Amino acid sequence: MDGRCAAAAAGGTDSPAAPDPSSRGRRTPSPRRTDVVVVGAGHSGLAMSAALGRRAIDHVVLERGVVAQAWRSERWDSLRLLTPNWMCRLPGLAYAGSDLDGYLHAPQLADFIAGYARQLRAPVRTHTSVLRVLPAGDGYRVVTDQGDWVCRALVIASGACRHACVPPVAAAVPAAIAQWTALSYRRPSDLDPGGVLVVGASATGVQLADEIGRSGRRVLLACGEHVRMPRLYRGRDVQWWLLASGVLDQRIEQADDPARARRLPSPQLVGSDGRETLDLNALRRRGVELCGRLAGVQGHRVLFSGSLRNVCALADLKMNRMLDGFDAWAAATGVDAEVGPVERYDDTVTQAPARLWAGLGDEVRSIVWATGYRPGHEWLGLPVFDRRGELRHDRGIVDAPGVYVLGLPFMRRRKSSFIHGAEDDVREIALHLGGHLDRVARPTKPAHNAPAVEAADGAAGTRAARAP
Amino acid sequence: MTASTTSRGADNGVNVQALLDAKAALAQAPEAARFKWRATSEWVNGTHSRATVDGFFGLGSDQRHRRSFEFDSDHPEIFAATDNGATPVEYVLVGLAGCLSAGIASVAQYRNIQLHSVRASLEAGMDLQGVLGIDERVRNGFDGIKVHYEIDADATPEQIAALVAQSQKRSAVFDILVNPTEVSVSSSKA
Repeated sequence: MDGRCAAAAAGGTDSPAAPDPSSRGRRTPSPRRTDVVVVGAGHSGLAMSAALGRRAIDHVVLERGVVAQAWRSERWDSLRLLTPNWMCRLPGLAYAGSDLDGYLHAPQLADFIAGYARQLRAPVRTHTSVLRVLPAGDGYRVVTDQGDWVCRALVIASGACRHACVPPVAAAVPAAIAQWTALSYRRPSDLDPGGVLVVGASATGVQLADEIGRSGRRVLLACGEHVRMPRLYRGRDVQWWLLASGVLDQRIEQADDPARARRLPSPQLVGSDGRETLDLNALRRRGVELCGRLAGVQGHRVLFSGSLRNVCALADLKMNRMLDGFDAWAAATGVDAEVGPVERYDDTVTQAPARLWAGLGDEVRSIVWATGYRPGHEWLGLPVFDRRGELRHDRGIVDAPGVYVLGLPFMRRRKSSFIHGAEDDVREIALHLGGHLDRVARPTKPAHNAPAVEAADGAAGTRAARAP
Repeated sequence: MTASTTSRGADNGVNVQALLDAKAALAQAPEAARFKWRATSEWVNGTHSRATVDGFFGLGSDQRHRRSFEFDSDHPEIFAATDNGATPVEYVLVGLAGCLSAGIASVAQYRNIQLHSVRASLEAGMDLQGVLGIDERVRNGFDGIKVHYEIDADATPEQIAALVAQSQKRSAVFDILVNPTEVSVSSSKA
């Protein structure tokens, strides 16, 4: 799976359409009221529910399916987390099994999240799809297929991976070629036995290329810019290094180019029993043919960019800089004595001359688009989108009073989209949200919900978190 | 910080601050970021043509170079031509080298790396059986381009490799060469 997708919570809606006015209020003529509506009962939404519960803030968690829906039904069969089990924790719940260095399969993660919901006794309304959110007085009206809610604050926790991104060039692919996405693909046996082009060399792309190749199919992998990492470095999981050396706690405001940092592809990692590295060299040795970025489709040919050599060079250099950083940190902190010797890896070897095209229909029978994911915010009927259609927010504080988002890649910290990354983000966002509730007049409810002490730190958090 | 006002830092003659300011400004004004590059060409005789570059469009209006630049292109004498200039395909190499080297200088400035010399050697293979129509399976153009940079700079070999890699990543001519570009050619009777 895609590392950015580590936050893929359930939630959202299957229907981006505006609500049918005739159906609105059919079941409940007057909307139900609550202080906060959380959209999505994945790990982020539930962590927020825990924080709101602690503050005695009245709320409801709306879930289009069941808890952790996306992990139950929208991931490929073999998917496992990119982070080891010992990193799998939420506020008040940690992985309790014995395989600390292993990697959860998607259904195991869904069970973990469902157990969290039970432990919290979270007010989750399952099988409730949000159709539209509209401004209503000082708050919002949340239109669902199970009646409406009116709230004073809204938390969008519907995940970062609601939709698969597919580039416009897909429209030029001949109809005879089957096209799959990282969300529609389930297993190699569903594919035509012929050649497969996997587009994208992030975690998703390398994992799918690998398992499709192992199924005996010929695989081409179109590689743009990518992030290379060893699974284990100096005997420890690379995620341990990233966490322990502070990389995962880096804040978005420290990033040189925040927009680029948020677009960074997920690292070439797989969670496997053998804890193997799955970089381009490993794939090439297993017979996957490495090609440049998909540059276009001309008739019955796909064209690959001639830039493969350079994107590999960039990834090799970046990986080595990351490892240099780990080594410097280990030397400075004395960790050197506890880990294995310094390692460096062969530069990525590409075929020369590079392949610049492939025939569609003969060489390639199927295309799997592993070209990223995007969240689904179509139901959000508020003026909070930029000209690219992306949600306008400052580290999760959306550009509309009392609206928040969780779990997007590098939203507040590099770990924001990780399971364990929810804790810090939720704590800070809940503080801001509490401050918002305290400021907004409550025509519908007496002010006994939030204790005074919460109001005080909430207001302080407001100013601290809403930095320019 | 500009190159000229940095006392201790590197000075490669690139005004990085102006580039960063331009990036910030153009991100807010995407229309102004739409440029059109232009050239005109006049056939002289035989395979000899003379191209002129003097203006372009950008920042919402027509712009002028400081002066007009002329480029003679021709074919060499072994093609029974007059060799009044570089061959057109050599201009492609000239463009690639100019673009990558400009990128190296800019990235080095941004990373505060002092350059002392940046020397590029370029070589492109071409099988003339393509352009001469001898073998339809052979393409007209290059079968590949090799570029080698020899760089003297106050930097480690890894930092120098990173400069060259980053320069390719942000190079327009590199992109034009490695990815397909639609070319439409029309004509009219003068």
